[in-house]
Amino acid sequence: MAENVEEPWTQARGMFASLLAGPVLFLFAFLLAPLAIIWGYSFGHTQGLKDIVVDGTFANYAHALNPLYLSILFKSLVFAVLTTGICLVVGFPVAMAITFAKPQSRAWLLLLIMLPFWTNLLIRTYALMAVLRTQGYINVFLGFLWNSLSHLVATAHLAHLAPFQPLDLLYNNFAVILGLVYVQLPFMVLPLYSAMDRLDRSLLEASLDLGAGHLRTLFQIVVPLAMPGIASGVLVTLIPSLGAFLTPDLLGGVDSQMIANVIERQFKAANDWPFGAALSFLLMYVTFAAIALQSMFTPKRGRR
Amino acid sequence: MAETQRPPRPKPGPLDYLARWPLRLWVAGTVVFLYAPLATLMVFSFNNSRRNIVWRGFTLDYYAQVLQDESLQHAFVNSLTIALVSTVLSVILGAATALLLWRFRFPFKPGLEGALSIPIVVPEICMGVAFLVFFTKVVPWPTALPWPLNLGAIIIAHVSFSFSFVASVVRARLASFNREMEEAARDLGASEWRTLMDIIVPHMRPGLFAGGLLAFTLSLDDFVITFFTSGPDTITFPVKVYSMIRFSVTPEVNAASTLLIVITVALTAIALRLQGSDAGHDAL
Repeated sequence: MAENVEEPWTQARGMFASLLAGPVLFLFAFLLAPLAIIWGYSFGHTQGLKDIVVDGTFANYAHALNPLYLSILFKSLVFAVLTTGICLVVGFPVAMAITFAKPQSRAWLLLLIMLPFWTNLLIRTYALMAVLRTQGYINVFLGFLWNSLSHLVATAHLAHLAPFQPLDLLYNNFAVILGLVYVQLPFMVLPLYSAMDRLDRSLLEASLDLGAGHLRTLFQIVVPLAMPGIASGVLVTLIPSLGAFLTPDLLGGVDSQMIANVIERQFKAANDWPFGAALSFLLMYVTFAAIALQSMFTPKRGRR
Repeated sequence: MAETQRPPRPKPGPLDYLARWPLRLWVAGTVVFLYAPLATLMVFSFNNSRRNIVWRGFTLDYYAQVLQDESLQHAFVNSLTIALVSTVLSVILGAATALLLWRFRFPFKPGLEGALSIPIVVPEICMGVAFLVFFTKVVPWPTALPWPLNLGAIIIAHVSFSFSFVASVVRARLASFNREMEEAARDLGASEWRTLMDIIVPHMRPGLFAGGLLAFTLSLDDFVITFFTSGPDTITFPVKVYSMIRFSVTPEVNAASTLLIVITVALTAIALRLQGSDAGHDAL
């Protein structure tokens, strides 16, 4: 097949202009403009109830550097990093098993991992709520076990066990991280799989033939070769976790709010748009920093 | 153990990790973790008990209630309308963008590619608040418009985050186009537009379908961005389900969720069929 050679735009100006007009207009009017406006707002302040005056103040950013908000930003980072780490540890063996499975079972396993990914985020979060809450499936099951045990103990006249105390599984940090892992896991497995799928198997076989064990082969051959996939899996897990709104909103408690929840509150209940805008841009800067870091560690050919 | 005694089955190859039981257990555990909550949600939507925990027999009552609930119906129709209109617009814009990037070399091309990656890299919450500000302060979208028009703000927001996904799917498809076909058409006297419509667009078609279905599911599934752009009359299905969930865990929500799961899974299955398996990795 002939190499695709791009032609300079001057060769077909009419076609170029008609293809360019729609997307570029739309991008400027409905994507860049809204973002530019909240960027502007982040340097302003509210006046009265509704008006916002943009006067170039850095007061919102100074306010955001207040320990309360910094600690929430830090907590969001910790949550995101923990989530990404757990997803990597859980997802890597899964991706590896899928890569080296027989073609037929590979297709099924991939489908099995991807299917929850197409299920609405809200519904997946709700499903977890039903499992974790005080009267959820886990607690009801544990309560049933406990009650049978205490019945058994009581009939044997051994002792009287205290009544079952449901575990607090919901509305805390644990629930948020579990929820993030639950939601993000497929995002991690897919890039890992596609990186390992491209890997040259003869290298692995050589390593095994030359006497390296499976673990040594894993850490010295598979992991380094799959690095681009690991990097992109980390990124696609980290970014949505960092900006997660729904998971901490529905599964988190008072002290497990993440940065996105604070931003939402500024725009809705607290009605301090300039401050919310500044927080949004701080979140974006952190995100961009993560992307820049990733591209520094990824060789160019590894790009998807 | 007798080492000389061969197991009845042939030994798995050294790389057949799925045949090893620790890995098998690990994969099984992950699949259970991913599916158990969803499976219980779906099963208990048929449970004949409001308390929603212990199985009390099969019923379709909650489905009947969901299907008769007018505010849910309204939200569902809104969601479908938004998804349909934004899909059509996203496919048009996405196809134009893909063609542009595939065919031409022009100044600011990296800039355009960068702008297209905004919906992928910018956190949803930031896009959501940006649209909230945009559609209340800068271009206030009239709320009193007659029905389909009052959804305009949400439709625009959905197009702006989904068309670059469509563009990348279509662009991946275009990469397999043989430019000799185009040259042949031109040599045989076809005009620029005729070549585009008769030669290139037919080649793009699977990409257009796959991209369209991707845009449709993205729109149907979106909660965060819609949450910030929807008003009291423009509730979508996920926004409605969210307000129900905040209230409590009820079998009606289970039934409504099950319906949405079935719809999205069916759509995605169709998308995969249409797309074939080769372009599947690039789409996501």
